[in-house]
Amino acid sequence: MKIDLDINGAPRSCDVEPRTTLLDALRDNFLLTGTHAGCEHGVCGACTVLLDGEPVRSCLMLAVQADGYAITTIEGVATSPGELSVIQDAFCETHGMQCGYCTPGMILTAQALLDRSHDISREDIVEAISGNICRCTGYGQIIEAVQFAADRLKKSNAPRGHKLGTATDVGEHDAPLEGVLEAAEADAPGKGPTT
Amino acid sequence: MKPAPFDYVRPGTLAEACELLAADEDARVIAGGQTLVPMLAMRLARPARLIDVLRLPELSGIREDNGAIVVGATTRQANALDNPLIRASVPLLALALPWVGHPPTRNRGTIGGSVANADPSAEIPLVAVTLGAEIEAASPDGPISTPADDFFLGAMLTTIGVGECLSAIRFPVWTHKRIGVGFHEISARRSDFAFVSAAAQIALDDDGRCLDAALGLGGVGDRPIKLDVAALIGGRLDAKSLTDAVAAATTDLEATDDLHASAAYRRRVAVTLCTRALQDACDRANGAEVRGAAR
Ligand SMILES: Cc1cc2nc3c(=O)[nH]c(=O)nc-3n(C[C@@H](O)[C@H](O)[C@H](O)COP(=O)(O)OP(=O)(O)OC[C@H]3O[C@@H](n4cnc5c(N)ncnc54)[C@H](O)[C@@H]3O)c2cc1C
Ligand code: FES
Ligand code: FES
Repeated sequence: MKIDLDINGAPRSCDVEPRTTLLDALRDNFLLTGTHAGCEHGVCGACTVLLDGEPVRSCLMLAVQADGYAITTIEGVATSPGELSVIQDAFCETHGMQCGYCTPGMILTAQALLDRSHDISREDIVEAISGNICRCTGYGQIIEAVQFAADRLKKSNAPRGHKLGTATDVGEHDAPLEGVLEAAEADAPGKGPTT
Repeated sequence: MKPAPFDYVRPGTLAEACELLAADEDARVIAGGQTLVPMLAMRLARPARLIDVLRLPELSGIREDNGAIVVGATTRQANALDNPLIRASVPLLALALPWVGHPPTRNRGTIGGSVANADPSAEIPLVAVTLGAEIEAASPDGPISTPADDFFLGAMLTTIGVGECLSAIRFPVWTHKRIGVGFHEISARRSDFAFVSAAAQIALDDDGRCLDAALGLGGVGDRPIKLDVAALIGGRLDAKSLTDAVAAATTDLEATDDLHASAAYRRRVAVTLCTRALQDACDRANGAEVRGAAR
């Protein structure tokens, strides 16, 4: 069956068997291997992607069911190739990962939480990531990372959902068109601190 | 861990979905897929054809109708949880929903899918049985309505037949002024299926006398059950009357024995959770804050 998706801000289509999960379509058809396959039955959260901005498990969704939806994968959260989003940066700074297997799912889950509000409690974070299993870092640093990112976003004084001016290489590199923050924009090539 | 091949159809109307289901015994409805997709992957289910009902406009939405709140089958659990009508008029459902899976599974999982799936420890079927909801289905011969108590036949077994598609759940609304609800469950991990869960709803009059009471138990047997707590009606509720009512209602409670918990453990926990759920319901009806119960 032919399906049309909007992946990381770019229209994409492919032909899949009905039994193909969205997870497999993303990895095999679109070569977006940042979406990880953990348990493949809904328990671990490694395969989390955003569907119209909300976190879902891509292993529990048939690709044909996703026809017409907007999907954000980990490849689509940074402002441009080679850059990191505020949340990704926060994970680096607080050591919110070790092997990194669970990390794409954690980041996207955190992204959806922070897209809703920057005023979040520790409980909100725990509830949001309760469906994501991490087997090496432990949750302490991950929670710290999300809190840190929330704090930065709050102080960044940028309107949420702010669009980057030009993202010339969109389709090609799956960079996102929107949902990008000014703080991250400051990190974009040519705008960050010169060293 | 990959499903066997199947056809996939996305009908445009509910009538068309029922025709497709009636025409092929091996066809199966798919809604949110949060239970069905893993079953396909493990090849525990091998339907020839999936009928995707998720985008049928007739099946979604939450509305008030004739003293009840009607929740369309494909209403997502996350949307029901956020819905002001449900919070105001079916508070027991709002209290139980955070226990259903995790935020990402609630973004896809539907209210009707959970009811049709009939897991003995699922929270939504428990709320439906406790409140005496009506389960509505569409069939080639027209709509069918079944009381929740009769709808669940056993583990993963309901009255839904070939050609039928669950369309809505009709939750009755209690109109009393002072209503309180309580929900408790024990599971191995946060958001896992419950070993035992208990749901309660209580209505009090201005003098604090009990006008109505409902209590339900999930996870103890092969389907959710409603317990008889009519003895509470008309009296004042205190710790003793609640404990007595639970003791009477659970005297010959039959519980399942499995890998996760023994029957004796389930019975013991059931009594405790029922008492707690009723106590919370009373406290809330009395306007008290219930500590530590929110999820
Ligand atoms: C990690 C994880 C944890 C979970 N934890 C819990 C939990 O704690 N408590 C809980 O209750 N659930 C839990 N679930 C399951 C819950 O998420 C599902 O939402 C629910 O059981 C099924 O709903 P669905 O819409 O996804 O249905 P689907 O998976 O699409 O379908 C389930 C079954 O119902 C049938 N069906 C669906 N809709 C209809 C309809 N309209 N008419 C006729 N038949 C229909 C299907 O044919 C299938 O047999 C969990 C799931 C996961 C992945
Ligand atoms: S791979 Fe999807 S939840 Fe584990
Ligand atoms: S960092 Fe290794 S699983 Fe989370």
